[in-house]
Amino acid sequence: MSEVAPPVDLHASQVRKFKIQDMLFHQVTLVFAFIVLAALAGILVSLAIEAMPALKQFGVAFLWTDVWSVPDDEFGALSAIYGTVVTSVIALLIAVPISFGIALFLTETCPVWLRRPLGMAIELLAGVPSIIYGIWGLFVFAPLFAEHVQPHLQTALGDVPVIGGWFAGPPIGIGILTAGIVLSLMVIPFVASVMRDVFETVPAPLKESAYGVGCTTWEVVVNVVLPYTRVGVIGGIMLGLGRALGETMAVTFVIGNANRIVGSLFAPGTSIASTLANEFGEADPGLHISSLFALGLVLFIITFIVLAISRWLIQRGVAKQGK
Amino acid sequence: MSLYTRRILTNRIGIALSMIAMAFGLAALMWILWTLFYNGFSALSWDFFTQDTPAPGSEGGGLRNAIVGSLMIIGVTTLVSTPIGILAGIYLAEFGTTSRFAATTRFVTDIMLSAPSIVVGLFVYALVVATLGGFSGWAGSLALSLIAIPVVVRTTENMLLLVPTALREAAFAVGAPRWQVSLKVTLRAVKAGVVTGVLLAIARITGETAPLLFTALNNQFYSTDMSQPMGNLPVVIYQFAMSPYDNWVSLAWGGALLIALLVLAINIIARVLFRKKSSA
Repeated sequence: MSEVAPPVDLHASQVRKFKIQDMLFHQVTLVFAFIVLAALAGILVSLAIEAMPALKQFGVAFLWTDVWSVPDDEFGALSAIYGTVVTSVIALLIAVPISFGIALFLTETCPVWLRRPLGMAIELLAGVPSIIYGIWGLFVFAPLFAEHVQPHLQTALGDVPVIGGWFAGPPIGIGILTAGIVLSLMVIPFVASVMRDVFETVPAPLKESAYGVGCTTWEVVVNVVLPYTRVGVIGGIMLGLGRALGETMAVTFVIGNANRIVGSLFAPGTSIASTLANEFGEADPGLHISSLFALGLVLFIITFIVLAISRWLIQRGVAKQGK
Repeated sequence: MSLYTRRILTNRIGIALSMIAMAFGLAALMWILWTLFYNGFSALSWDFFTQDTPAPGSEGGGLRNAIVGSLMIIGVTTLVSTPIGILAGIYLAEFGTTSRFAATTRFVTDIMLSAPSIVVGLFVYALVVATLGGFSGWAGSLALSLIAIPVVVRTTENMLLLVPTALREAAFAVGAPRWQVSLKVTLRAVKAGVVTGVLLAIARITGETAPLLFTALNNQFYSTDMSQPMGNLPVVIYQFAMSPYDNWVSLAWGGALLIALLVLAINIIARVLFRKKSSA
């Protein structure tokens, strides 16, 4: 397709002109593709440069030091990493089963005429800006949660050994658990759409054979669809994880912004993104701002790895379709 | 209980749970939209659009400066990221089907689609704000462009790959040079899809808050100077919602409603536009 013979009546100069134009066009589009690539490299390099003073001062121990004190110029990332990981894990624990249910419903049991509008509603949920989730979480969800859910959780589970400590402390509505729940609402549409897309790649004959030997819908999904789409489903979950780890606004509003680690999930905490959002604007030049850049670098590297794995898995899951 | 009844029961429970999950998702959407309308509508008034953000403790006020600022920042971002995204997408689809460079670029755009937006803000702060000495509307636009470009690149590439090879070959056969085939034949064939990509990119950046916090910052006063800190809706919503003043909180709800309506409208237009073109 790339080698095209020029029509006979075309002048040689015209052909040369086209060739030069084509080369230019190729180079111009290449430059723009390169810009995209350079942006990512630029982000990594600039974060690393700005984080250098802090990393030199605190070394690798920055990652597991639980101090964040602006007056003493002592900084460690542990409390922020803890908050980021715990809120994301809570979000996934809630989001994965619900997304699975939604994907199952949309691909197996939903009447065909309803599939498109319902699928679109879920996609619209994915389009709602995260600041909307944040403001909703702060003013609507947190007060309701503090009044009607947290006290019951406390009486029901507060005396159970080990996990009882998770529900200790005053039910103030704002904290790690609330942040995790609001995050889960944000993540559900992403995970559900990927799951629906990979569920649709299962060849119909495969499912029909299972139905043919008398399987119920549930058995078809658990024994045929899930094993077939396992890779893609995990990829979708990782995509949700990548989103949850780096989410700023939905978390900052409801997590409480306290730089400490408390065993209780009711207690306020902080995440990497919310620490950045809260402190970066007023940070003093020097170690404080450099430590914030180091936090950003940590977040970027973690999400980069998670998203890279997710992309690889989803592509493998979808590539199956052609076989 | 016989095996048969147990299997039927498991199936019923599983299906019922999946329906509950679906209902939960829809209920969440309804709940969020309803609270937005409930709290936001009362804030919308003539003053909301014609007055600037109020000083701490003063009554009334509106969001004129933030609305204008947001429109300008988003406008510049769209003008910058549309050509860059489309040209990069053309490269990936027309020239880069096999090269390793294109594969790397594709990988990077996919990562950037979901990368934490606050990190993009940090990057632009280090690159522009710290070196050129000051927060500005331009810096905000740059940060948003880095988020919008990957969206445009990926939709453009995916759309171009849908163009039948026969169409390209027909154009080549009549002697058209490659750039004319790309711009005048294939790109034109997928115009609706590319416009959809641009619209989705706009919808994506309209509500982005984190990248603007350390780039465009905020401006309490009306300003159309892009080289100065600039008021914008997301940052105003963030600051006002966290404030102790009732009228600020109310304005934050109004702003949130405005943004949500805008984003939902763009999303719906993009989908309708794309479906009409692709089914025709």
